[in-house]
Amino acid sequence: MKNIGSKLIAWIDERYDLTPVRNLLEHKKVPVHKHSIWYYMGGVTLFLFMIQLFTGILLLLYYRPGEDSAYESVRFIVTNVKFGWLIRNVHSWSANLLVLFAFIHMFSVFFSKAYEKPRELTWVTGFIILIFTLAFGFSGYLLPWNELAFFATKVGTDIVGVIPIIGEPLKVFLRGGEDVTGATLSRFFGIHVAVLPAIFTFFLALHLLFIQRQGMHEPEHFKNLPEEKKKYIPFFPDFALKDLLLWVVVFNVLIFLALYFPWELGNKADAFTPAPAGIRPEWYFMFMFQSLKLLPAHIIFIEGELLGILFFGVAGFVWMLIPYIKIKNKPNWKIQPLALIGIIIVSFIVVMTVLGYLL
Amino acid sequence: MQIDRRKFLNILLGIGGIGGVLAIIYPVLSFLNPPKSAEPKVNSVKAGLNNDFPANSSKIIKFGRQPVILIKTEDNQLKALSASCTHLDCIVQYRQDTKQIWCACHNGTYDLNGRNISGPPPKPLEEYEVKVVKDEIVITKAG
Repeated sequence: MKNIGSKLIAWIDERYDLTPVRNLLEHKKVPVHKHSIWYYMGGVTLFLFMIQLFTGILLLLYYRPGEDSAYESVRFIVTNVKFGWLIRNVHSWSANLLVLFAFIHMFSVFFSKAYEKPRELTWVTGFIILIFTLAFGFSGYLLPWNELAFFATKVGTDIVGVIPIIGEPLKVFLRGGEDVTGATLSRFFGIHVAVLPAIFTFFLALHLLFIQRQGMHEPEHFKNLPEEKKKYIPFFPDFALKDLLLWVVVFNVLIFLALYFPWELGNKADAFTPAPAGIRPEWYFMFMFQSLKLLPAHIIFIEGELLGILFFGVAGFVWMLIPYIKIKNKPNWKIQPLALIGIIIVSFIVVMTVLGYLL
Repeated sequence: MQIDRRKFLNILLGIGGIGGVLAIIYPVLSFLNPPKSAEPKVNSVKAGLNNDFPANSSKIIKFGRQPVILIKTEDNQLKALSASCTHLDCIVQYRQDTKQIWCACHNGTYDLNGRNISGPPPKPLEEYEVKVVKDEIVITKAG
């Protein structure tokens, strides 16, 4: 077996010269320090994305978009197709874990300042990937065509409509018409299974390429150590195997969740029934929705909603450009200004999310 | 102004190129914009028999493509209002306990005349006229 393997590699090597790959595998190393655990978060996110891809393709074999078929086909998947319930539950749970780990990954990068020169573009591409991940979540939420999804989409797309000038055309574009109908479902389906995967894969490839080119970021306290005190482990096989171990752990958690906390299908969407009580967006949009809910209808002359959306838009844009913003350190402050900003943002998100579920 | 051959060809190519790109972008953008489907012109709809409709209850009626909420109050008055919440377009419901119209999405409330009384809704609900003709409830667009 080993002989065949090495022969195959030699065959490829002779034709395509595998020196760069070999160099990468042999020389890439990962710093070991007290915050090393955060190096694994991006890998877990990637793993969950691969699960999404795999289960998504499986679901695609039975799912039929359309007002009269979407809900029925998902019900068919979870009741008639062998292990259909499992595949759908894994897809839903993995989507949620994926968003969670993407957020953890982002904030760990933020607090360790790993986005600083020369890794600015890794941060920017990472942020773009996050936005597309949220778009994946939003578009995928509608596909089962149930009540919750229907009203969440109605609200979500209506909010887009309040943006001046481009809002209304954008809303019509997203909905495929004035209202949320079967046309919206067709669009969201196309966006979810074709448009987003294409764009997402491109930015993901860039993101990973940047990381491979530059290697692992070393935090300040590690960089300041004398050379002989810096500990490293080889990326291959040590780090890769540890990565794999964590993937197995996450996979088990995922299967546990999918088995014991099945995702409900709910009632079929009906444009002529009142919105059911307890309607809410998915948890990762909750902090934004809750903030919009707390704003008064009018602030001075501007609609509260509009001001809220503009605020989140600008805040997101500034967040993406963080690597290019210089914030001076204050030597006599206990917590540095940048860390303080991060803490305020995280607390805001957590408090608003909790409030959203309590109120 | 002296233009040499190369510059002239470059300009020509540039204009042609931009034209070509526009000729691709314009149809694609137009394709993405959904065609307006003809709105069925509805002036009135029948909403069932008055006798079958109990007091202190409501139902959602299709008025063309618009949802309309028809309410019979405790003292047997009929009210018809647009059922689309003026906040973010969710469909409202009649609460039998509070005798108000309520939107579950963001907790907005309206009184039985459609006036927004609490929560985020910025405007009142549009009113429709209700008539009873030979016990048949008929909803018509006001004005």
